[in-house]
Amino acid sequence: MNRVTVNREMCKECEYCLHFCPKKTILKKSETVNKMGYYAVEAVDMTDCIACGICATVCPEGAITVEKNV
Amino acid sequence: MADKVFMQGNEAFAEAAIRSGCKYFFGYPITPSSEIPEYYAKKAPTEGLTFIQAETEVSAFNMVAGVAATGKRGMTATAGPGFSLGCEAMSYMSAASLPAVIVDCMRPGPADGEILGSQGDYNQLTKGGGHGDYNTIVLAPYSVQEYADFAPLAFDLAEKYRNPVVVASDGTIAKMMENVELPERVEPKGRADWAVDGINGRGHHNDITTCGDGPEQWERFNLALQAKYAEIRENEQRWEEVETADADIIVVAFGTMARVCLDAVKLARKDGMKVGMIRPITIWPFPEKAFANYIGKGKKFFVAELNAGQMVNDVKIAVNDNASVEFYGRLGGMIPSPVEIYNKLCELYK
Amino acid sequence: MSIVYKRPEVFTDEYMKYCGGCGHGIINKLIGEIIEEENLVEKTVLIWPIGCSVYADKYFKADSVCALHGRAPAMGTGIKRACPEDLVIVYQGDGDMVSEGMAEIMHAGIRGEKFTVIFVNNSIYGMTGGQMAPTTLMDQVTTTTPYGRAEVNTGNPVNMAEIIGNLPECYYSERVTVNSPANIRKTKAAIKKAFKYQMEGKGLSFVEILSPCPTGWKVKPVQAIKWIDDVVTKQFPLGVFKDRGQEEK
Repeated sequence: MNRVTVNREMCKECEYCLHFCPKKTILKKSETVNKMGYYAVEAVDMTDCIACGICATVCPEGAITVEKNV
Repeated sequence: MADKVFMQGNEAFAEAAIRSGCKYFFGYPITPSSEIPEYYAKKAPTEGLTFIQAETEVSAFNMVAGVAATGKRGMTATAGPGFSLGCEAMSYMSAASLPAVIVDCMRPGPADGEILGSQGDYNQLTKGGGHGDYNTIVLAPYSVQEYADFAPLAFDLAEKYRNPVVVASDGTIAKMMENVELPERVEPKGRADWAVDGINGRGHHNDITTCGDGPEQWERFNLALQAKYAEIRENEQRWEEVETADADIIVVAFGTMARVCLDAVKLARKDGMKVGMIRPITIWPFPEKAFANYIGKGKKFFVAELNAGQMVNDVKIAVNDNASVEFYGRLGGMIPSPVEIYNKLCELYK
Repeated sequence: MSIVYKRPEVFTDEYMKYCGGCGHGIINKLIGEIIEEENLVEKTVLIWPIGCSVYADKYFKADSVCALHGRAPAMGTGIKRACPEDLVIVYQGDGDMVSEGMAEIMHAGIRGEKFTVIFVNNSIYGMTGGQMAPTTLMDQVTTTTPYGRAEVNTGNPVNMAEIIGNLPECYYSERVTVNSPANIRKTKAAIKKAFKYQMEGKGLSFVEILSPCPTGWKVKPVQAIKWIDDVVTKQFPLGVFKDRGQEEK
C-alpha cells in the first residue's frame, strides 16, 4: 500500500489536500486540535491511494510526505 | 612614497576609493558631489569597476547595501537632499551591520537650498537622521589630502565595526583643488564569513535581516548595537589640537570652517592672544576626550560652524559648562573670512 | 517505498508564519524544490521583501537577506552585480513592489538586471491587515476600500507582468497562479525557466504569481482558490508576456 504522512503540527487546516485529493476516503480532519489550534488533517485509510502526490503538491506548509509502494 | 598630484577634492576621493578596492559605485547626480560618480563612470572600463547611475538616491543607497551585504566594497556619494532620501537605508544598514561608505558633500539646506559649502547636515549625520537608535561613524575632512586619506580609512572602519561610515565633506572641500598624495593600492580581501554571497562552499548559510522577532529579541539586538557604539566611542574619537596647551580661548571647528579658523588663530597669536583650536575629525563619535583636559580650567570655547550651531550642544556636553561656550556661524553657503572670525575672537578675548 | 513527494531538504524546521491556505507557502516550497533539484542551493541568494514573507529567511538553508520595503530590486542589483555567478532571487509582494517599490522594479527592468523576480500578487496588503494595494480589483472590499475599490480616487489595478514584459531589457515575463495542482506545476515550470535564463546570464526574468490570501479576502481557503479562477484572472490574465528565449529559437 502507498503511504501518506501528514506532519500534524505543521497543518493549518486549509483543506487544499482534502479538496484536491482524487479519492475522498484517504484524508480527513482530526477531531482534536494540534498545538496551534488547528484540526489537522490525517491520513486514515490508504486503500485507495494512488500516490499521485497532489495532496503534497498543494500543501502550503510542506507538511505532507507521499510514498509509493514499488 | 607616492607622487603628489594636483587634484580636485571629489576626484581625489574617488581615485583614493578605487585604490582602496572599492569597485562598486551607485549614485544619483547632485551638486556638489557629481564628480565622484563621473570619475567612476570614466574609470569603469579600464579599472574593471561597476558604475550604475541609479534612478533615485533611495535606490543608490539600497544598491550599496546590496554590495555591502556580499562583503565587497561599495559606496555612493550625494549631498543633503539625497542623504535625506538615503536615511531610510542608513537606518537599515546600521541595523543590518553592513560596512558601506557614503559620501555627503554638504550643501546649505533646508530643502533644495543652495549648492555651496555648508555644514548643515551635522545633526542629520551625527544624531541618526533615519529612524531608530543607530549611529554611523562620520569623518569630516578639512583638506583634499585628508579627504583622500579618508577613503581607505572609511572602508577599514566600516569593515572593522561592520557599520556604515559617512565621509562628510562639503561644497568647498569637494570642489577645490590641492596637492594630494594618493594612497597605495590595496588588494581586495577574500570573502567575509558573515556575508550573503551564496554558500559556495562556505559550509553554512548566512541570513541578514533587520526584522525583529518579538520585543525581547529586539531589545537584545538593540543592546548589542549600543555596545558596539560604545566601543566605537571609546576607540575611534579623532581630533587635532592646535596650540591648546596655554590657550584662554579654544576654537572648535571642523571641515571647511576649521581652515578659516586656523588662519584666525594665527592672526590672534600674532597679536599675542592665547587662542588655540580643537578640530574634530570624527564628528561621530564626537571627540569628547579632546576636551577632558580643559574642563574646569576657566577656558572659553568658541564654536564656529557653517550652520546655525548644530555642534554647540556636543561641545557643551563635552566641557560640562554651558556658560563657557560661545558660537558664531554663517548660513546659506556664506563662508566667513579669517578676519571676520579674528574680530569675533577679539570681542571674546576682552 | 519510493518517495513521491516530501518537504524540500533546503527547508528548515521553522514553523511558517503564513496563515492557513496562504499561497506564499506553496511558492516558497516551489523555490526550495527547484533550487534543490537544479543543484543551485549553494549559489542561491534570496532577497525577501517587507510583507508576509518577511520571515522567509528563516525557512531556507540558503543565503538570505531581508530588504527594506520595496527596495529588494535595488538591493538585488547590488548583490547580483557583486556576485554575477549567483542565482539572485528577488521575492516581492504586490504592496511591496507596486506601491512602495515601483521605481525600483521599473528601473531594474529598464536596466535589465540579470536576476529573477518572483512577484506574489494577492491583490491586497496581507501583513498590515488587508488594506488596498495597487493590484486590488475593482469593487474589491478591503479595510481601506470599505465600499469596494472605485476608479475615482484609486484608479485601476496595475498589471505588472504586462508592464515589465514590455520593457526591452526584460527577457522573460509570465503570469501564473498556484490555485490548483495543474497551475502549481505550471508555476514551477515558469520559475524553473526564469532561473535557467538567469543562470545563462540573460536579462530580467519576471514571474508574477496570483496567490490566494484567504485571511485578507475573508473567505475560506478553498473559496479563495476558486475566486482566483472566477474573478482575479479576469483582471490578471495568465500567460507569457515576453519570452525572448522562445523568440530567439
